[in-house]
Amino acid sequence: MAVLLDENARVIVQGITGREGSFHTKLMLEYGTKIVAGVTPGKGGQTVHGVPVYDTMEEAVKEHPEANTSIIFVPARFAPDAVYEAVDAGMKLVVVITEHIPVHETLKFVNYAKQKGTVIIGPNCPGIISPGKAKVGIMPGATFKPGPVGIISRSGTLTYEIGYALSKEGIGQSTVIGIGGDPIIGLSFTEAMEYFEKDPETKALVLVGEIGGDMEERAAKMIEEGKFTKPVVAFIAGRTAPPGKRMGHAGAIIMMGTGTYKGKVEALEKAGVKVAKTPFEIPELIKEVI
Amino acid sequence: MKLFEYEAKHILSQKGVKIPRSVLIAPGDDPLAKMEEAGLKPPVVVKAQVLVAGRGKAGGIKMAKTEEDVKNIVNELFNKPIKGIVPKLLLIEEAIPHETELYAAIVLDRSERKPVILASKYGGMDIEEISREKPESIVRQHVDPFIGLKGYQARLIGKKIGLSGKALASFAKFLTALYEAFTEYDAELAESNPLALVGDEVIPLDARMIVDDNSLYRHPEIAKERLEESGEYTEWEIKARKMGLGFVELDGEIGIIGNGAGLTMTTMDLVYEFGGKPANFLDIGGGASAELVKKAVSFLIEYPKAKKIFINIFGGITRGDEVAKGIVKALEELGDVSKPIVIRLAGTKAEEGKKILEEAGIAAFTDPIEAVKKVIEM
Repeated sequence: MAVLLDENARVIVQGITGREGSFHTKLMLEYGTKIVAGVTPGKGGQTVHGVPVYDTMEEAVKEHPEANTSIIFVPARFAPDAVYEAVDAGMKLVVVITEHIPVHETLKFVNYAKQKGTVIIGPNCPGIISPGKAKVGIMPGATFKPGPVGIISRSGTLTYEIGYALSKEGIGQSTVIGIGGDPIIGLSFTEAMEYFEKDPETKALVLVGEIGGDMEERAAKMIEEGKFTKPVVAFIAGRTAPPGKRMGHAGAIIMMGTGTYKGKVEALEKAGVKVAKTPFEIPELIKEVI
Repeated sequence: MKLFEYEAKHILSQKGVKIPRSVLIAPGDDPLAKMEEAGLKPPVVVKAQVLVAGRGKAGGIKMAKTEEDVKNIVNELFNKPIKGIVPKLLLIEEAIPHETELYAAIVLDRSERKPVILASKYGGMDIEEISREKPESIVRQHVDPFIGLKGYQARLIGKKIGLSGKALASFAKFLTALYEAFTEYDAELAESNPLALVGDEVIPLDARMIVDDNSLYRHPEIAKERLEESGEYTEWEIKARKMGLGFVELDGEIGIIGNGAGLTMTTMDLVYEFGGKPANFLDIGGGASAELVKKAVSFLIEYPKAKKIFINIFGGITRGDEVAKGIVKALEELGDVSKPIVIRLAGTKAEEGKKILEEAGIAAFTDPIEAVKKVIEM
């Protein structure tokens, strides 16, 4: 098992004919992901790496009714429209890679998807991978190996770094989710944790947080209340970041006194979570708990 | 992007909010003539239009009781940096006698993924102070982004901060306008503090808005360059922004380049953990070209706070060979570079990258901890 994504995923790539869309379609296919269709308005009838392209999601789903997941590489101005199209076409999981989407647009499509029962990952995220089963995202596949540890992360490259460090020590991963660096995102830490709690394959969890917002504090509360019972190891980026400055990610900012490194670490430690000082301590800490 | 007080107030007045009578003056303007045109007479409040927090406490807001006061204060404020920023504009506003100051704001609640209204009957101090001193006074109301703020919700909030009668109606009308401004301008924050209660009417004495940077393309009327005026950025940050680099200035001596915000922040933290101090944050993002890497490296070579440079790359879509080419090019073009540079390369095309670097006589590490220790001891 894995969470949200496994070998049964049948994927549609929205924005498949673009540079990024086409490049990552190739990499996802090489990884073994079952991509059944692509959508780019006005490019219907073409193929990209052997994948048929349609003008609309409706046509794609009509021809490929088994499709249940989409990944969006559409530019920011048109990406919200693509999300609504995916939700209305009945996708269960929508991964939004696009960055720089206006935050009020994200606010709306995230609420809309929730009402319709669609899980959104992102925006501004690397996607999701269940090693050995499928990858719907832009992460380097070879970095991750199958195994018992789940990872939920607000950062892209840092996730690769931690996945690599774990894999090198022979510790594989059940599912790795990069939830994105924007202030408003779909799937949150705690929502992702509910999936990992139910997954028998996942024996422990790594939370990769950063300054800004209060998702880490909420995760800590969930653990304290006994709603997440598996061992958790965490790393929080931004210990030395000054308040009021945006550190690359739009969401990584200490504002109105909330979202500090100290507050997050204290909340997690109070909940019994081991917080690593560097990402490279994570394999050792994981070995202690599994 | 932060808006100036006068811009935020102008937006609110377009939404039907009564704002204090005012006039905007630039250096060289005759303030008294401008005041006369606008029908203003002392007493007035003269306010430096700067975007730094704590403007009032830093001496950027002054009361002028006479025409003589106005001239002196205008002269003073145009020559006095407020937390390092000399204002380019001053707002002269009628003084509004009032006894009660309220607080009202709309922000994005990241966890609920909804806008949330915050209000308190204790305005005048900042929200951090209110939540410390009078946490029970803060009223919160979430808003469904598809439905918007309903009148009854606005009245309910007004009621909970102790308003009634005509004052309650005035407050509800103000909040509705503030919400309209918040959504129409893609704001992350819209705030009035203090929001004065004058008789039965609320009047925003100050107004603040932050517009989402990703939405600026659809607000050409406000999306003008204001890097220098904003006071948000240092000289080197402005330089970097103009070059398209994601750079934040810090106080240490080790210049840092990483790919991805999380990894770059972590690189800063690693340096700190092993006893060094980062001089900056510089994220080259995903899939950086050799050209961009060259730009970033050259920038740090010129940046005087960085006495040495640490480059930490974990390749995903970023390719190690592109990074290596960029570094080599930067060093070739700048010729004699005395700053020590340490590179850690892992992930996609790291081996190819290392080969390029070795041929140019630059050592590259695979292990980040070894690399950090090396740069600190150099």
